[in-house]
Amino acid sequence: MELLTPGSGLIIWQAIIFLALILILKKLAWKPIIQALKDREQDIEGSLLAAQQAKNEMEKLSSDNEKLMAEARMERDSMLKEAISTANKIKEDAKEETSSIAAKMIEDARASIENEKKAALTDVKNMVATLSLEITEKLVRKQLGEAGAQKELVEEYVKDLNLN
Amino acid sequence: MRVRTMIELSRNNTSKLLITSFLAVVFFFMNLSVLSAQDDHSADAQEEHGETEEFNPGETIVHHVLDDHIWHFFDGHYGTLYLPIIAYSSERGLEMFSSKNFYDDHHNLVEYKGYSLEHGLSLVDNHEASVLDLSITKNVLTLLIIAVILVWVFRAVANGYKRNAGKAPKGVQALFEPVIVYLRDEVVKPNIGDHYEKFFPYLLTLFFFILFGNIMGLIPGAANLSGNIAVTLVLALFTFVITNVSGNKGYWGHVFNPPGVPGWLKPLIILIEIIGVFTKPISLTIRLFVAITAGHIVMLSLISLAFIFGSIAVGGASSLIVLFISLIEVLVAFIQAYVFTLFSALYIGMATAKTEHH
Repeated sequence: MELLTPGSGLIIWQAIIFLALILILKKLAWKPIIQALKDREQDIEGSLLAAQQAKNEMEKLSSDNEKLMAEARMERDSMLKEAISTANKIKEDAKEETSSIAAKMIEDARASIENEKKAALTDVKNMVATLSLEITEKLVRKQLGEAGAQKELVEEYVKDLNLN
Repeated sequence: MRVRTMIELSRNNTSKLLITSFLAVVFFFMNLSVLSAQDDHSADAQEEHGETEEFNPGETIVHHVLDDHIWHFFDGHYGTLYLPIIAYSSERGLEMFSSKNFYDDHHNLVEYKGYSLEHGLSLVDNHEASVLDLSITKNVLTLLIIAVILVWVFRAVANGYKRNAGKAPKGVQALFEPVIVYLRDEVVKPNIGDHYEKFFPYLLTLFFFILFGNIMGLIPGAANLSGNIAVTLVLALFTFVITNVSGNKGYWGHVFNPPGVPGWLKPLIILIEIIGVFTKPISLTIRLFVAITAGHIVMLSLISLAFIFGSIAVGGASSLIVLFISLIEVLVAFIQAYVFTLFSALYIGMATAKTEHH
């Protein structure tokens, strides 16, 4: 029966020592242990989170890079296209201008040739006229040198006038 | 690198296994020697009285399981530690003397200063006055030793966290960290909830005190501390007080105004709820006491078989069974510490639950 009767002395000792044990261990052991465990867990969690964030950022960066590349490629393509069309236009324009200039030059040349021709013809006419006059004068002077010739000529003129 | 650590690990495990089995064997033989010493000793005493009695296993076993004012290790002049008696009586005040005074040279009980030890166990005043026995008994001494060991071990664990801050745990810290984390994540947090931190230090102390007490009780010659009903009663009362002091409105509402119960049934339910408040610590007290004491009694009974039959063959057979039971007792030591802590956490959790679920 002693087995089932709690001894009062042991109850008192147990209560005192166990209470003291709780308080001592709480201060010396449990608080620092629990805190250290918590700190470490937070540390690990924070590190994992930071790693995940870094990974996400990397992904974002690489996708940004790709986007930039694609944009650059597109810009290059459009620039190329524009350059080609500009070049074509310049070529076309140049061709047009050249042909118009050439046409104009030909026209000018033709006109100046015409003018020269006219001027030359006029010169030739004038010269012919002058020459003919001179020849005529010489002829007239020679023929009119004889007295009978003058009279004959006047008579002829008068005859011509009458006839008219 | 990994292979090497694994080899070292397995080597460690092998050595641990060897140590464990060695301890179990030593434990067994020491139990035998303690018992046989006890037996021889009582036989001697009885012979001197002129009468020879049979070996009484029941008495021997109960004596081994109970508290004592002396600590008997082996026979001979130095084999017994006489512990101090501290007695308080209303008439004579506080008195302190060695328990050696109660024993004569032939280890027979004698009176001293008007006190005597009844059956060598309980201190009584010969003048029928009430006396409070505050002696440092075998159990009280064991209690002190366990307290010192606990403080020493867990201070070392706490220092480990300071020394290895930001690093992997090492040594004794690594040994106890999984246990502490397991208790927190699997026992305390699920049962109490987010406000568990207030009760966690108490529950940790409770678990490791019971565990160390149980394991100390398995050491041959050591006291059966955690199988003593006074000890388990005090532990249960701590849980009881903490549960009811921190019990919130919901808890008391559940006891005195059980929701969802028709009016005419209420008195009965309230009565049952009030009984329930008190059966919790009683069940805690008895569960631990019975589990540990029963284990000790089973082992001692099996060892006693050898002396009852006086045969080497029976002794050999019972040794093997005791070896097996000892290993089971190590398991029980852990299970009972776990169960006591689990139920304490459960009771505290029920009393402090923030929201009522219906």
